Amino acid sequence: MFSAFWILLKRDLLLALRRRSEIFTVLFFFLIVISLFPLGVGSEDATLKKIAPGVVWIAALLASTLALDRLFSNDYLDGTLEQLTLAPQSLSIMVFAKMIAHWLLTGLPLVIVAPLVGLFYHLPTDTIGVMMLVLLLGTPVLSMIGAIAAALTLGLRGGGVLVSLLVLPLYIPVLVYGSGAISTSMVEGLSIQPYLLLLSAFMLLALIFSPWATASALKISLE
Amino acid sequence: MSLDVKNLQCIRGDRELFTGLSFKLEENQLMMLEGENGSGKTTLLRALCGLYMQDEGDILWDGLSIKKQDEEYRKQLLYLGHLNGIKADLTVLENLRINSALLGDVIPINILMDALDTIGLYAFEDFPTSQLSQGQKRRVALARLLISKAKLWILDEPFVALDIAAVELLQSIIANHVDNGGMVILTTHQEVPLTSGKIKRLSLNKQLLNNDGDS
Repeated sequence: MFSAFWILLKRDLLLALRRRSEIFTVLFFFLIVISLFPLGVGSEDATLKKIAPGVVWIAALLASTLALDRLFSNDYLDGTLEQLTLAPQSLSIMVFAKMIAHWLLTGLPLVIVAPLVGLFYHLPTDTIGVMMLVLLLGTPVLSMIGAIAAALTLGLRGGGVLVSLLVLPLYIPVLVYGSGAISTSMVEGLSIQPYLLLLSAFMLLALIFSPWATASALKISLE
Repeated sequence: MSLDVKNLQCIRGDRELFTGLSFKLEENQLMMLEGENGSGKTTLLRALCGLYMQDEGDILWDGLSIKKQDEEYRKQLLYLGHLNGIKADLTVLENLRINSALLGDVIPINILMDALDTIGLYAFEDFPTSQLSQGQKRRVALARLLISKAKLWILDEPFVALDIAAVELLQSIIANHVDNGGMVILTTHQEVPLTSGKIKRLSLNKQLLNNDGDS
């Protein structure tokens, strides 16, 4: 059972290594969106600090939806997805492997470049730490919720736009609590623990339900 | 072991593709599925794999519905559709290795290499499949037949894009499988001469079901 997980995880990472441009498009999209805001709203210290939490998360949401399109569509088009559903393994496990690979390639890089964003927006060091932590908790949720929508719209014409319409509203809780945690960390004497707990709860919920829901959606899309 | 199809009905949109379709396939049997374009051959094959939900009827494997067996049935099944199911960015060997590993078998590398040699991809092992011709890509997909332990092969137009030598090779691979107690269902316009076992024919043309057209 877990061998299928590793095989597929390694396969997807290997495929991404052979096509590195796809990883970098997401990362650069994130960085460009973030660097556009100071140009538009001005570079005063106070303004930047105020908008930074929201900007980071909105850029992360958009970057994450940008990459969703590719999650299953390549496998669908070359017939490997069909073969995966016919393999004598649990489809949920294989789908989970694909989600993890997707997060490693599109979510984790955002966490890693977060300090750079902190510098753009003159954020204190502690806040940068909090930002990395909430991104680490929140971006897997984005990948996992997004996978359900990507599976549902598989093979549809104009599926790319439809995915954004489907998932962006579902990302709202992550956006609210993710940016809330970053703002709160800049205020003296307030605890960010409730935000972290809620984000962790979202992640656990997504971990339990999304592989199963995505596998079911894939079976419907393949019919 | 046997595959038992009872009263199968598939409807696509408003169109009834087939209805009341029944047949039984046993070990050492090959079934040729015939029918004009659009008669539902691929739909029937996908329904047999569990990829398409039939509107009515039952598909039994070993007397049990395939829905209930799920992974047990899929272990016995090898499906080759119109799409080759190989990744263009991976090499020939990587594709075969990953495909076979997902079937749950750990197959030593020398056996995989032998399979690739037999199928006519000698010296192409380390080529990315994106650089291969259509026929060679098909051969990569067909190499799975050589290492598979599945009992039931469901092949949708397996001869497409193959050259004469490869067609002969595939015919002999299929005949060999049937010979060794396997079952094969395929759609093709190509005859497959068998050395032993039985050929059944099933036609989806205009509901003229020649269920007993054995030869």
